[in-house]
Amino acid sequence: MSANLIVLLTYFVLAAFVGFEVISKVPTILHTPLMSGSNAIHGIILVGALLIAAGARTPLGLALGFLAVLLASINVVGGFVVTDRMLEMFKGRGERRERQP
Amino acid sequence: MIVATDLVYLLAAVLFILGLRFLSSPRGARRGNWVAAAGMVLAVAWTVVLLRGRFTVGGIVVSAVAFCIGSVVGTLGARRVKMTAMPQMVAMFNGVGGGAAALVAVAELLRLHGARPAVATGFPSVFAIVVGGISFAGSAIAFAKLQELMTGTPVTYPGQQAVNAVVGLVILALAVGVLAVSGAPLLFILLLVVALIFGVAFVLPIGGADMPVVISLLNACTGLAVAASGFVVSNFALIVAGTLVGASGTLLTKLMSDAMGRSLANILFGAFGRPQEAVLTAAGDRTVRSGTVEDIATMLAYSRSVIIVPGYGLAVAQAQHVVRELADQLEARGVEVQYAIHPVAGRMPGHMNVLLAEANVPYEQLREMEQINGEFKHADVALVVGANDVVNPAARDQPGSPIYGMPILNVDEAQHIVFLKRSMRPGFAGIDNALLYDPKTVMLFGDAKESLTRLVAAVKAA
Repeated sequence: MSANLIVLLTYFVLAAFVGFEVISKVPTILHTPLMSGSNAIHGIILVGALLIAAGARTPLGLALGFLAVLLASINVVGGFVVTDRMLEMFKGRGERRERQP
Repeated sequence: MIVATDLVYLLAAVLFILGLRFLSSPRGARRGNWVAAAGMVLAVAWTVVLLRGRFTVGGIVVSAVAFCIGSVVGTLGARRVKMTAMPQMVAMFNGVGGGAAALVAVAELLRLHGARPAVATGFPSVFAIVVGGISFAGSAIAFAKLQELMTGTPVTYPGQQAVNAVVGLVILALAVGVLAVSGAPLLFILLLVVALIFGVAFVLPIGGADMPVVISLLNACTGLAVAASGFVVSNFALIVAGTLVGASGTLLTKLMSDAMGRSLANILFGAFGRPQEAVLTAAGDRTVRSGTVEDIATMLAYSRSVIIVPGYGLAVAQAQHVVRELADQLEARGVEVQYAIHPVAGRMPGHMNVLLAEANVPYEQLREMEQINGEFKHADVALVVGANDVVNPAARDQPGSPIYGMPILNVDEAQHIVFLKRSMRPGFAGIDNALLYDPKTVMLFGDAKESLTRLVAAVKAA
């Protein structure tokens, strides 16, 4: 096992603990936006998709890169936009009155 | 350069964690989403900078075109979707992410030209292909079920468990093959195909009502698949962000099934091997009291405190705006109005909050089950709009009932109960509700939106 792999495993384990900790404080009413928001965060796969597409030299590689970047960008862009749309609606009484014509 | 990359990815990871943290309060939530998005822009932009020397011309064109199309599709989908259709939209965005994670692993394995991968890359590759593939296909079925492109009821057939077990074993065999025998493209492409089949087979026997829990589980799966892809391409950002989602998604899935009073295993495998039995008991000689709009409006208008219990029926009738109008009318008359939100009201936890927020209901009025349950006994009227199972006392006092043990709203403790219902048909769980026959219950039959509109007019006149 290389030292690099150990480092990566360490990140993995620590991130898992942080992931558990950070959400245990979220109230039920925000579960839907939270699911949607974390859904957008795994859109980070776009970085991996770009790595693949960048180095692609064969037609097959390019096709795979295209498909991966396409799917990943739908995930990341759609995910953040839809979460923002949900959260835009969570407004307090004061803010609500201001917005009404 | 390497140090800079690590620092940028570290900053992105911190922004993701802060984003998730801010999402824990309604006031900070929107900011949290922006913070996470900023982390994403940072990570992606830096990756492009990093790759500028390595991009082939074809790679640049392919990436740019795919990114533009993907962004437009994602934005349009997210902007256009109706709030009631939110769960299936999340399912779709989740599925494509899983698909991308699987493809990244496939592309990495292809680079080996058939050589057997080292375990350090081979194992995460296989994991990303299998889990990403399951997430993609499973999300597609979840989408189809919720969008009503196919039946929402569990699809079961004799020998289903055996078939699924065989598919699972084939996946295992192919995975071992890739790791121990050969890295031939045929093997891992076949692995992806079988993983897709398993994703479909896994979600088919789960009912539409349980789909949110499945989507949450698949969301966690995609996170883990992304983390695995991170190991394949040795990328810190992928590992950390993917794992964050994998861990938080797993916990969220558990919270959701807890709120439904069921174990995750029961939700995932409950339909296997048992036919859907009707649990309707005969209505017998019990009578239902049906009230007029005017009676009910008067009762509401002259109450001190009213608790509204919204259910999926309200969402289906698109009645969230009218219900707010009614609440505004009552408040103008000095009636205290609150909304009691059951954790699984709507189609997924928090869904009802989003729908009501869309109708500009201030979140101070939205009360969660634990906060409001003690207050029903002080409420003059509990107004139940399109909800049924979540107020069914059978969950508390009938150990034989399928929903026994599910936490419910204590609507039965209110002085008066008003049910706005389309018909006497039972709810999702298909069980009778004794509360409908309670002497202090008044029914108002009809479409929720129409009934509410008539109530608003009658309260104005009262």
